[in-house]
Amino acid sequence: MKFLRNLLDKVEPNFVGNGKYAKFHPLYEMADTFLFTPADKTENGPYIRDAVDLKRVMSFVVLAMLPALFFGIFNVGRQVNPDAPIIDIFLSGLPVVLPIILVSYVVGGFWEMLFSVVRKHEINEGFLVTGILIPLVMPPTIPLWMVAIATSFGVVIGKEIFGGTGYNIFNPALVARAFIFFAYPGAISGDKVWTVDGVSQATPLLKVASDQGSRAVELLGDKYTWWDMFYGFIPGSIGETSTLAIIIGAIFLLITRIGNWRIMAGTLLGMVLTAKLANYFGEAVSSSNSMLFLPAEYHLVMGGFAFGLVFMATDPVSAAQTDRGRWIYGFLIGFMCVVIRAINPAYPEGMMMAILFANAFSPLIDYFVMKSHIKQRLKRFAA
Amino acid sequence: MDKNIKAIISDPMVDNNPITKQILGICSALAVTVKMEQAVVMSLALAFVLICSNVIISLLRKNIPGKIRIIVQLTVIASLVILIDELLKAYLYDISKQLSVFVALIITNCIIMGRAEAFAMQNNIKDAMYDGLGNAVGYGAILIIVSIFRELLGSGTLFNYSVIPSSIYLENGGWYVNNGLMLLAPGAFIILGLIVWVQRSYTKYVED
Repeated sequence: MKFLRNLLDKVEPNFVGNGKYAKFHPLYEMADTFLFTPADKTENGPYIRDAVDLKRVMSFVVLAMLPALFFGIFNVGRQVNPDAPIIDIFLSGLPVVLPIILVSYVVGGFWEMLFSVVRKHEINEGFLVTGILIPLVMPPTIPLWMVAIATSFGVVIGKEIFGGTGYNIFNPALVARAFIFFAYPGAISGDKVWTVDGVSQATPLLKVASDQGSRAVELLGDKYTWWDMFYGFIPGSIGETSTLAIIIGAIFLLITRIGNWRIMAGTLLGMVLTAKLANYFGEAVSSSNSMLFLPAEYHLVMGGFAFGLVFMATDPVSAAQTDRGRWIYGFLIGFMCVVIRAINPAYPEGMMMAILFANAFSPLIDYFVMKSHIKQRLKRFAA
Repeated sequence: MDKNIKAIISDPMVDNNPITKQILGICSALAVTVKMEQAVVMSLALAFVLICSNVIISLLRKNIPGKIRIIVQLTVIASLVILIDELLKAYLYDISKQLSVFVALIITNCIIMGRAEAFAMQNNIKDAMYDGLGNAVGYGAILIIVSIFRELLGSGTLFNYSVIPSSIYLENGGWYVNNGLMLLAPGAFIILGLIVWVQRSYTKYVED
């Protein structure tokens, strides 16, 4: 520790004022505050004493994602050699997943640095989370150059053009995924997505969506039971398959109070109610669309619902900011997710669209919540 | 050339570009820029209508009653659009089919109405013609720039000639895949936005 501090102190003069590398001050600042709690004090009031700053918050989110990440690596390895001992499975997943993470961090970090140098502000910590979110929402078979382009798109178009971390209206990682979804649909949907070393399988969602008939659960057959999908032994994007690992992350986020429980609860509620409604509706018109008959508990464990609910919907920047607004925002996500999954045949996965959709509406939701709040208070204090 | 005329022509090309500065005529810029061929034909069609309508309206400007001027302008523009639409159908049938309704929609193109109302109604024939020319070039340039990106990235071709070697494509054993987003309207929207970004950081123009 002492060594690091000394090193940083020694190079500091180069990065401030007229130093040789003053242009790259954001870089120094990043390393410094990442390793040590900054000693700067707020100059003007109001003062809040709190150990948490943006960097710690973001690191906690990354920590919460680790179970999903590790399980993702394990699950990828399982497709390559299913019968090996656990360590071997894990090691064979690593060379598939690690390059994706690396590319995402290097490319995204490059853009972050470029913008912070040109705009002369500090490098923001937001990318710490975005950089790991992007690989987790990609299928393991995604070509690396697509990851690089999608990351650039997510960071530049999804975030920097709005002014950087804290100003973005959409979740940058989801923007990156949406980019791949529309630009290279062949790489992210369709039955050839999950091809690691010649193993090609359709994701459970696609399997249900591509079949016809009213027995969604039976269609999954004995290939994927509910528990398989809950534990995560299914094809899918790297981080999204294991609902169990995601729940562990969710508990961590809730205990540290970084993830907002209202958003999570609202999303869950919206999904369950809409799924029930879809079930009744499908029954009533005896539809041949099997997605309409999917029970709510299956919606929870299939596709990216759980992952989106815990890590994407709760993104504090793009979500609604008011408490009542968070319920509405969450509910909207759950509702839209099932609607897109069940009614739109082109998109078996609705969570990405649902969250982006709700992101776009969250300022409006906040606006009306504030308006109604003001109205209520006026009424209360009028007399 | 007269300095004044030079300004009339060059102003709408960069500083006052109808698309990137005034954000007019966006619909056609999004709709017909998938292929360069379409963009070029569309630009020419618009140039024809814009220059002719500017000249005709400038010619009539003293005789058009103020209260019904919009209707008169529309009549002139609509006649010209019908003319160019028929011409395209007769001589460039395939492209006319691809451009479909967007040629007819030149009638509602804000640039043409805007120039007729804002410029041709107050200026002489010569100036109105040059103004039409400048705006048509400004519009066409953006259309063609957008279509270069869209055709190259979306289909790997330029004017329907393959530019990207076919051996690097995924289906031929390579790794490359065309960007499908560029074939969709949002792709044009993003390209257009980036062009506006570049232009505004260059001219230091800020919206107030």
